[in-house]
Amino acid sequence: MNTPIEAKTTVAAPPKAAAPKAKDEIAIIAQKWKKKQGSLIMALHDLQGRLGFVPRESAMRLGREMDVPLARIYEVITFYNYFKLEAPGKYIISVCTGTACHLKGSDELLAGLKNELHIDAGQSTPDKEYHLQAVRCLGCCGLAPLASVNGKVYGKLKTDESHYVIERIQQDKPMVSAPQESEAE
Amino acid sequence: MKPEDLEAKAATELAKQKSFDVRLACCSSTGCQSSGSVAIISELKAEIAARKLEDKVQVHGTGCMGLCSKGPLIRMTSKTQKDVLFSDIKPEMAAAVINQVVVPVLEGATIEHPTGDLEKHYLDLDEPFFSMQQRVVLENNGRTDPEKLDDYLAHGGYQGLKKALSMTAEAICKEMLASGLRGRGGAGFPTGMKWDFTRKAESDVKYVICNGDEGDPGAFMDRSVLEGDPHAVIEGMLIAARAMNATNGVFYIRAEYPLAVERIEKALRQGRTAGLVGKNILDSGWNFDFEIRLGAGAFVCGEETALIASVEGKRGTPRPRPPYPAVKGLWDKPSCINNVETLANVPRIMLRGAKWFASRGTDKSKGTKVFALTGKIKNNGLVEVPMGITLRQIVEVIGGGTGTDRKIKAIQTGGPSGGMIPEHQFDTPVSYEHLQKLGSMMGSGGLIVIDDHDSVVNLARFYLDFCVDESCGKCAPCRIGGTQMLHLVDRIVAGKGTEEDIKTIRKVAKAMQRASLCALGQTAPNPILSAIRHFEPEFRERLQPAATTKA
Repeated sequence: MNTPIEAKTTVAAPPKAAAPKAKDEIAIIAQKWKKKQGSLIMALHDLQGRLGFVPRESAMRLGREMDVPLARIYEVITFYNYFKLEAPGKYIISVCTGTACHLKGSDELLAGLKNELHIDAGQSTPDKEYHLQAVRCLGCCGLAPLASVNGKVYGKLKTDESHYVIERIQQDKPMVSAPQESEAE
Repeated sequence: MKPEDLEAKAATELAKQKSFDVRLACCSSTGCQSSGSVAIISELKAEIAARKLEDKVQVHGTGCMGLCSKGPLIRMTSKTQKDVLFSDIKPEMAAAVINQVVVPVLEGATIEHPTGDLEKHYLDLDEPFFSMQQRVVLENNGRTDPEKLDDYLAHGGYQGLKKALSMTAEAICKEMLASGLRGRGGAGFPTGMKWDFTRKAESDVKYVICNGDEGDPGAFMDRSVLEGDPHAVIEGMLIAARAMNATNGVFYIRAEYPLAVERIEKALRQGRTAGLVGKNILDSGWNFDFEIRLGAGAFVCGEETALIASVEGKRGTPRPRPPYPAVKGLWDKPSCINNVETLANVPRIMLRGAKWFASRGTDKSKGTKVFALTGKIKNNGLVEVPMGITLRQIVEVIGGGTGTDRKIKAIQTGGPSGGMIPEHQFDTPVSYEHLQKLGSMMGSGGLIVIDDHDSVVNLARFYLDFCVDESCGKCAPCRIGGTQMLHLVDRIVAGKGTEEDIKTIRKVAKAMQRASLCALGQTAPNPILSAIRHFEPEFRERLQPAATTKA
C-alpha cells in the first residue's frame, strides 16, 4: 500500500511464488477485469494484493488471460512506484518522506532503521523478515514523523526510535492489509 | 427512493439522534485510527452497555475534526450543555470518560471543563483553532457518521441533487458559475465554466471524474473529505453529471488511501440500495453509476491528461492540450475532472444557493479553503477558513505559531508546485490571485511552516528532488531541466556553488516554465525560484568562499 521511491531493480528473477493456487487466482483476477476497458492497473493491484508483488510468471499469465502484451504490463509496472517486481520481506516498513515528516527528521529515522537492519532503503533483510522503503506522503502529517508497517501507522516517532519501531513490529506483528477489493461490474 | 422519501428518512434519523441525551463522536479517519480510535469506540460502547445506557448515549465514528496531532479526538454533544472535545484519548480511558463526564451530565451536572484524570484531555472549542474556522466542506466532520447514509440525509444530504434534478443542465452550470466556485485542486479554474464546456460538447458518452490523487506531500485535505464525508463527494459528482448530461462517473483515488477507497465503495453501495446512485435515481428515470480506479503512486497523475491515461490503464504521461478533456478526454469522450474538495462544495452550493456561497471570500476567490497545516507549527491539522483571511491569522492565530521558542521563517503553499512566502508577507489575504502574486500558488491546500532553524535551501532541494523523481520523462524541458537544476542545487548545498550557478538555475527555470508539457514541469522551478527570490543571502552563504568575495 505504499510507494517506494527507490528505483526498482529491473526484471526480477522468476520467483517461485507463482504456485498453482496463485495461478488460479490469476484466472479469477483476469476474469474479473477482462471485460472492463482499461482495467490493467486494477488487475495488477489485485495481483499484488494477493502475492505481495508482481512475479514475472504471474505477469505473463495475466497478460495471456487478459489478452494484454507482456511489454504493456511491464511498461505499466515499471512506471508506477506502487508495483513491486521482487518479493518484499514479511514486514514492509515504510518510512514516510512527505514534507512534514522530512522537516521533522524522517531522514534520521530512515538512517536509524537502515543501521538497525543492516540494509538500504528498497532492500529486504536476507532472512526476508523486513523490507525497508522510503515512501511518499502517507497523509498522516499531524503524526509526523511516522512509519507504517504493513499498513499499520506508527506515528509521532522520535527520530532515534528505530529500535522501538522494530520492537513494536515484533510485538504487534501487523499483517499485510487485505487486497483492494474494488468492485468490477 | 422517491424525492419525498429523503425528508422522511432525514426526519426519522434526526428524531432518533435527538432521542439520545449524549452523543459521542469519535474520529475514525486514518490519523486517529492509527492512534487507536477503533478500540476506543468499542471500549466506549462496552462501557455504555455495561451501565445499560444504550438508550441515552450514542457512540459513533466521524470524520476528521482537524487537530490530528492531538488525536484521537472525541466530540461530546449533549442537550444540556456546550460541546466538549476530548483529545489524546486512549482506549483504557473510556471508563473515565463515561464515569467522570457522561454519567454526571446525564444526571444533570454541567461539565464543560473536565478535571482529574481528564483535565489534560480536553480542548476548548472557543480556542481560535476552532472558533476562527468556517466549515462548509468539512461541516459534517465531527457531526455525522461517514459510514451511515441516513446520517448524511439527516444533515441535508442529497437535497442538492433533488434540486438539481428539477433544473436544466444549463441552469445548474449558471448557478455554479454565479457562486464563483473555482477548482480547489490548485489551478483555480471556474468550476461552472468547466462544466459548461463539457455540457456543450456533443457526445453519447461523457465522463465525470473525481481527482482523488492527492500527490502533494504534506497535504491530506482530500483524504479527509473522502473518508469523512464520502456521500458529499458522490452527491457533488451526481450534480456535476446532471449539469453536463454526463453518462459515467469515475473515482480516481490514490492506492495509498485504502480507507478512503473503502468509504467511497461503501457509500456507493448504500447509494445504489437507496436509489440515489445507479438506476432511476430519485425516481427521475435518470441512470448514473460510478467506477473506482486506483492510482499507483505517480505524482504526475494529478495532472488531468495523465490521470486520464492512468484510468485507461496506461502509463500516466500527460499529453498536450488542446484538445482539452472537455472535448476529448477519457476514451476520447468529453470528460470533466474535478478535485475532491471542489466536488464536496457542490451539494452545499446547490442547496443553499450561489449567493450564500459567494457571500464569503474575496472579489475573485469565493467560499472557503481547506488547508493542511503542518511542519513546525503548534496546531498541526486540517483547517477550513474563508478566502480572504490573512496568512498570519492562519499561521499565528489558528495554528498557534511554532509552539516553541523558535520563530516562523516562512511557509510553503502549493507543495512542490508552489513557493515559499517569507514571514514579512504574512499579512497577504488568501486568494488565488494574491498567492500567485507572491510567487506561490493556492495549490491543493498544503501549508507547510518552517522555522528559523530550517534551511530554505534544503527545503527547495527537497521539492526539486521530488519533482525530478516524479517527472514522467516525456518532455525534455522537465526531464533534463529538472535534473540539471538539481545538480546545480546540490553543488550549492555542498558548498561548491558559484555565482554563475544561481544565474544558471534562473535560466533553466525559465525554460522549464515556458516549455514543459504539463504543470509538473512548468511549476517544478517555483519552490527554488521563490527561495532564491526571498532568501538569496542564504544561498550566497553557501557558495564557494572565493565565489562570494568575487561577487
